[in-house]
Amino acid sequence: MTEPITPDPIVPVLTKRWQSPRAWDIDVYEQLEGYTALRHALSGLPDQLIELVKASGLRGRGGAGFPTGMKWSFIPQGSTGPGAKPKYLVVNADEGEPGTCKDIPTMMADPHSLIEGCIITSYAIRANFCAIYIRGEALHPLRRVRYAVEQAYAKGYLGRDILGSGFDLDIVVHAGAGAYICGEETALLDSLEGRRGQPRLKPPFPATAGLYASPTVVNNVETIASVPAIVQGGSSWFRTMGREKSPGPKIYSLSGHVTRPGQYEAPMGTTLRQLLELAGGMKDGIPLKFWTPGGSSTPMFTAEHLDIPLDFEGAAGAGSMLGTTAVQLFNETVSVPWAVMKWTEFYKHESCGKCTPCREGTYWLLQILERMVHHEGTPADVDTMLDICDNILGRSFCALGDGAVSPITSGIKYFRQEFLDLCTEQPSVAHPDQLAELTGASA
Amino acid sequence: MTIAPEQKPETRPVPEGHVRLTIDGREVDAPKGELLIRACERLGIIVPRFCDHPLLDPAGACRQCLVEVEMGGRPMPKPQASCTMTVADGMVVKTQHSSPVAKKAQEGVMELLLINHPLDCPICDKGGECPLQNQAMSTGRTDSRFVDVKRTFPKPLPISTQVLLDRERCVLCQRCTRFSEQVAGDPFIDLLERGALQQIGVAQDKPFQSYFSGNTIQICPVGALTSAAYRFRSRPFDLVSTPGVDEHSASGAAIRIDSRRGTVMRRLAGNDPEVNEEWIDDKSRFAFRYLTSKGRITRPMVRGSDGVLVETSWTDALQVAAEGLLAARAGGIGVLAGGRLTVEDAYAYAKFARVAAGTNDVDSRARTHSAEELDFLAAHVVGHGPERLSYTRLEAAPAVLCVALEPEEEAPVVFLRLRKAAQKHRQKVFHLGQWTTPAVLRTGVELGSSEPAARDGLIRAVPGAEAAVLTELAEVAPHVVEALTGGGVILVGERAAEVPGLYTAVARLAERTGAVVGWVPRRAGERGAVEAGALPTLLPGGRSVTDSAARAEVERAWGLPDGALPTTPGRSTSEMLDAAAAGELAALVVGGVDPLDLPDPAVALEALRNVGFLVSLELHTSAVTELADVVLPVAPDAQRSGSYVNWEGRRREFGPALDATGVLPDCRVLDTLAVEMDVDLFTQTPAAAAGDMARLGTRAGLSSPGPVVAPAEPLRPVVVGQAVLATWRQLLDESSLAVDEPALAGTARPPQLRCNLATAQRLGLTAGAPATVRTERGAITVPLVIADLPDGVVWLPANSPGSRVRDTLGAGHGDLVGVSA
Repeated sequence: MTEPITPDPIVPVLTKRWQSPRAWDIDVYEQLEGYTALRHALSGLPDQLIELVKASGLRGRGGAGFPTGMKWSFIPQGSTGPGAKPKYLVVNADEGEPGTCKDIPTMMADPHSLIEGCIITSYAIRANFCAIYIRGEALHPLRRVRYAVEQAYAKGYLGRDILGSGFDLDIVVHAGAGAYICGEETALLDSLEGRRGQPRLKPPFPATAGLYASPTVVNNVETIASVPAIVQGGSSWFRTMGREKSPGPKIYSLSGHVTRPGQYEAPMGTTLRQLLELAGGMKDGIPLKFWTPGGSSTPMFTAEHLDIPLDFEGAAGAGSMLGTTAVQLFNETVSVPWAVMKWTEFYKHESCGKCTPCREGTYWLLQILERMVHHEGTPADVDTMLDICDNILGRSFCALGDGAVSPITSGIKYFRQEFLDLCTEQPSVAHPDQLAELTGASA
Repeated sequence: MTIAPEQKPETRPVPEGHVRLTIDGREVDAPKGELLIRACERLGIIVPRFCDHPLLDPAGACRQCLVEVEMGGRPMPKPQASCTMTVADGMVVKTQHSSPVAKKAQEGVMELLLINHPLDCPICDKGGECPLQNQAMSTGRTDSRFVDVKRTFPKPLPISTQVLLDRERCVLCQRCTRFSEQVAGDPFIDLLERGALQQIGVAQDKPFQSYFSGNTIQICPVGALTSAAYRFRSRPFDLVSTPGVDEHSASGAAIRIDSRRGTVMRRLAGNDPEVNEEWIDDKSRFAFRYLTSKGRITRPMVRGSDGVLVETSWTDALQVAAEGLLAARAGGIGVLAGGRLTVEDAYAYAKFARVAAGTNDVDSRARTHSAEELDFLAAHVVGHGPERLSYTRLEAAPAVLCVALEPEEEAPVVFLRLRKAAQKHRQKVFHLGQWTTPAVLRTGVELGSSEPAARDGLIRAVPGAEAAVLTELAEVAPHVVEALTGGGVILVGERAAEVPGLYTAVARLAERTGAVVGWVPRRAGERGAVEAGALPTLLPGGRSVTDSAARAEVERAWGLPDGALPTTPGRSTSEMLDAAAAGELAALVVGGVDPLDLPDPAVALEALRNVGFLVSLELHTSAVTELADVVLPVAPDAQRSGSYVNWEGRRREFGPALDATGVLPDCRVLDTLAVEMDVDLFTQTPAAAAGDMARLGTRAGLSSPGPVVAPAEPLRPVVVGQAVLATWRQLLDESSLAVDEPALAGTARPPQLRCNLATAQRLGLTAGAPATVRTERGAITVPLVIADLPDGVVWLPANSPGSRVRDTLGAGHGDLVGVSA
């Protein structure tokens, strides 16, 4: 029972239509069993759907892994009190984590699975309004989802009295303006409301006071896109994939020094060794040096971790996080301090500025890393960085600060010597260029 | 055999609505919902903080106040911000005093705050009173590990003419932006950019006009926001601070006056939770250069036979004044006391009129006024204090109706309370007025989009028809009557005197709905003058001049022979001026009156010219001193003690902030003048005057019947090109105590004409283009703005640069004017 399900490549679930031509078109989608789960769902009771998703063990695919059914059940229901407020579904499609690229292909290849998921979820939580918040830079998927929503309206899957069920739903596709922080759910809600995208104080949590201070479910694209499959296949079928605490299929995004980078759907708990087999191994056979299990905010792994099962428990047990399963692979030609510097540059650029540790800390860390990479660091800088990271981790307002220090602390944990080596190569004079100017002037 | 369980120590029950928690090993009961940081404060444990402010919503942005928290025996994995977390039963809190983790977290945040903060404390205004400086000392490291490049910005950035921003000093605590959004409701500044480049900024295309921006300077925990008028002028440790009371409005706001070597350098809001909380308006904060303005009079002056005013000694001046007045007594002396007096001074004027001048011709109303108003004041205002209507009661009211009162312009501190109540508990604030002013919008309850809801807050009336609208309110706006019934409040402004029947209608509405009436005049001295009897129909303590028993009480207290007090009601300001203009009044004693504020400035000037003998008690040279026979300088508030009675009826005492040598308050000048006239007032000092007045006490028994005036028919435009004028004063305008403050004047709302689109089209006016309002006397030309006024009505600011309505047009609220492009 607790034995891991054989992590063989499975019959694709989430990506099954990706190879079909024009699967993004509603007619093709319908031919490929599209919108059949919806008919099922609408014939049931909303609470049954919540129970079904609870039983399936589906956990949020946006990184935190919160049980989806439980999240839905937090929405107050009823005709009085907090349940009387309108309820909202917000889909987080602001995919911004470095290395993460699973939602954009989903929206490109199979937008209707997302829309079908939205309708079922909205029905379950009794929402009549759903917003899909898509990263502004992702223009093509934005257009495709908008087109898909139009088609769904035309076919009666959206709007008033959907398929004669008496259920109404409107979907708005909203383009973000390209801020990493707007992937944080409360910042996303602020942004969606037309405010400056900065994380909100919690509590109240979105389940009680989210969009327009009303009960709101915020789910990732992949989570919602998994819902029709669960409705169609049932919760026990869903549990035949993956592991007990992290069931279901997952899209792993392999990028970097790998022979065939791309999206690989596999059951939860697949190891990197298995994924690499699917992807043709490391590019040009150069050995793996380090990799991230789920984007740059998850502490890095090394070649030692090839057999860690990549699910929520497995990654956490090895000192990292599953995150968005954005597996970035780096071979031995890559300098860890350099890569860490580039990541830190990203976090410094994307820090929203609301809280001190993240805003000032990333600003400081980047300068130290830049110095190090330019051979101007000192061994003391390594300890200073670790201490700054300690002052950011768990002290910042939201998880962005925690994520920002992951590459640095894990980089130093596994590759400390590489940082120190950069210091020993330091020139005897701090700024030889200035010295040259000075001697030039005196000559 | 059983063993008795160990006797537990006697435990106190947790009070109702409280929880019990432990902070640094000490057990404490805290009210539910209290923030940890406040609970710590009550124990004397100061957790360092920047973004936290007790009057603003929690933000949790600076992360300086981190503490360790255990819930249900389990420590929370991360240190928690004590400014956002509320107390809970059984919680165990460890601050920096008992937790190494909290201490390290705080030190870490402090170090991060300082990496980009410039080390310019020696030239920073805030240096010496800076929370960052202090907390860096208490919580920071001894040295910095930061050796890299600091963030810099061009500086300073003018947020307005009076607020400057040094962005590199800013710690981005968002107190200023939260104040503007939550308290003042005019978010003129906001965060821009993000990350390390995040900064405070203003919109380029929106003019910054906030009446409350100075508060952001005061609550800035670093030297990022500075006052243009104060910047680089002084160091906090060189300043002598004196508590004071705002003299610019009837709010009674507590202020702090900071002076250096005998000069006031700045003024700050005082902290009085009952009155102004911690906020004041910009006029109260910034308008104090009148103390040192060029026009300040410091020596008595007497007009010689050549008609020129010459400085002279007090002895000479008082003697000339006394002789002149004694000679005029038979022909009648009128006393115009002005609305800016302390209650002690007002009492001295009231007593001077009755005892030295032998008349009831005394009036403190230097504005449009009416006999109806006197009846209203006698019946509904005098003798009442905050126990009937206070700021707290006002805030708690479910609904408030403002009549003839534009709260933001005429009583800014009252406005802040109304806004707070609307925000915090959805108080319904209604305004009987002409258009949706910023105050109407910002006291509206926000329901997603604020505009339509706020529009409901405006009860529109044609100028002059307010009384009729109020009388028929049950038909016109039944929801207002319903809201006021049961705990409602009606605030009525002094402008009600401009509309016949309006005070009566207010009194009737209050009677009908059970609402409490508050009279909110504009000037600081108006309310006190009512108590002090500086009115033609009232003696001190609300005693009617026609009531023989009341007169007898006063005569006894003042040591006068029976029947010594005049028995007939005196003449009002206008009646005195008319009489003087007609040569029927022999002398006038005028204290701090600007003729341009009077209903008809032309008549007033004529009267001052025609009156036989004119004594002026003044701070500054004015139109009155120009014509006076004797000018007696008086002390400004900063150089005297005294007290105001604010609109609530609350007495607000203050002491001298500056050396008072050689300057005399009005009450002392009048006392000495009376002595020269062989009469004793016993008002040598404000304390003596206050004691004399207190001995008299307030009237017991008999209540006045109240005003009975029928609403008048409002004027309607009859000729093409005519409109009805609506007008009131803006907070920042040509008021005489706001002189020499260019930084403050720069944030005034620009003078504009307002009317609705249909009226504009009919009158041939274009939005944005200049429009001219004219009467036989003169014309005012200002740009037109379209607003939601009733048809055929135009609005002008009453006393703004280029729009001095009374002076230029000789017209007022409800009068017909000609309007053209």
